[in-house]
Amino acid sequence: MKTCLVVDDSGVIRKVARRILEQMSFDCSEAENGLIALDACKARMPDAVLLDWNMPVMSGIDFLKGLRAMPGGDKPKVVLCTTNNDMKHIVEALGAGADEYIMKPFDHDIVQAKFAQIGLV
Amino acid sequence: MRPADFELLSNLLKLNSGLVLTPDKAYLLESRLMPVARKHQIPTMEALADKVRSRPDDTLLRDITEAMTTNESSFFRDSKPFDQLRDVLLPRMLEARGARKQLRIWCAAASSGQEPYSISMILKEQAAKLAGWKIDIIGTDLSNPILDRAKEGLYTQFEVQRGLPITLLVKYFKQEGDKWRISDDIKKMVQYRRLNLLQPFGDLGQFDIVFCRNVLIYFDQPTKAKVLEAISKQMPNDGVLLLGGAETVLGVTDRFRPMEGQRGLYELSTAPALQKAV
Ligand SMILES: C[S@@+](CC[C@H](N)C(=O)[O-])C[C@H]1O[C@@H](n2cnc3c(N)ncnc32)[C@H](O)[C@@H]1O
Repeated sequence: MKTCLVVDDSGVIRKVARRILEQMSFDCSEAENGLIALDACKARMPDAVLLDWNMPVMSGIDFLKGLRAMPGGDKPKVVLCTTNNDMKHIVEALGAGADEYIMKPFDHDIVQAKFAQIGLV
Repeated sequence: MRPADFELLSNLLKLNSGLVLTPDKAYLLESRLMPVARKHQIPTMEALADKVRSRPDDTLLRDITEAMTTNESSFFRDSKPFDQLRDVLLPRMLEARGARKQLRIWCAAASSGQEPYSISMILKEQAAKLAGWKIDIIGTDLSNPILDRAKEGLYTQFEVQRGLPITLLVKYFKQEGDKWRISDDIKKMVQYRRLNLLQPFGDLGQFDIVFCRNVLIYFDQPTKAKVLEAISKQMPNDGVLLLGGAETVLGVTDRFRPMEGQRGLYELSTAPALQKAV
């Protein structure tokens, strides 16, 4: 079973994401900010990360930079999940090592399509 | 809706666009045609049908036909056909057309442009191999308003997020407010023309690759056969046709046969069979 770490400060979004991902047969874990997520990755590197952009304590982009610098941190596919639909942020995310992005609000079809696009399903 | 009105309108649609509507789709007819009636200041569906019966004008008939088309599309729809274009068809054509350096691609149901632009992006990404080539991409559709949208090349967040890889979004789109506009480089690779697949299109010329995806599904068997046969006449012997995921030539026409090992790709039955590797 593939693993996915859902990183978002909103419990509601984490729950929605978890439901979608579990329907897609992912084994899900959650983190409410970038720092907790980095720890989780240190303990067990997931196959995929669904990552929020704006979070307290540590933002998505800082987590991403931290992750990509970790041993084995190049492996997980990272899908950035954002309401910032501007080009500047997307380019920044790509530069930091994001594989894809999803704009909120998302649904099952979008997550499924994006994960398929990067070879996760 | 009066049964006679349904019959009248569905016959009209079948004749004008090939669209086949079964009586259980009467609700669809009503919901899509009420705005048309309103635009023409016709109060009810009954009055609309009466007008069509007695003294229809061309704009009304065209508006009715266009309102009933389904224009659903997305960038790199089903992804596989576009992989096949890049990995199978282009290498094959690069070799076969190497001397003339000319390639013509036809999108026969271009809708709002996602399909022709996906093709253009693939070709653009292969620009180095195609240096010095003359490439035509022609996008045609029955509906004028949808072709206007294609020419405009402006897409919502929802539309770009469906199927378009982030790298291509960044490379070939510019943000405009909360929408995304396709770059001029990509846009100018495609020429658009209004064209009804039910009418003769011999003057379009020959096409090496034809995308005719997700439009035949709306037609009945004889219409499918007629359109496929007409398309086959626009293709050289080594041309390739791509159909949508729910479409096939099997049991419809013998002008085409499935390409071995390439789902969704069809070649002319008169094409020499490829030598199998031993
Ligand atoms: C569902 S879209 C398919 C778009 C695209 N090929 C794809 O696969 O995503 C079908 C398109 O076919 C067009 N269409 C329907 N009947 C047609 C006809 N008789 N001649 C030309 N185009 C037609 C409609 O206007 C619509 O834009």
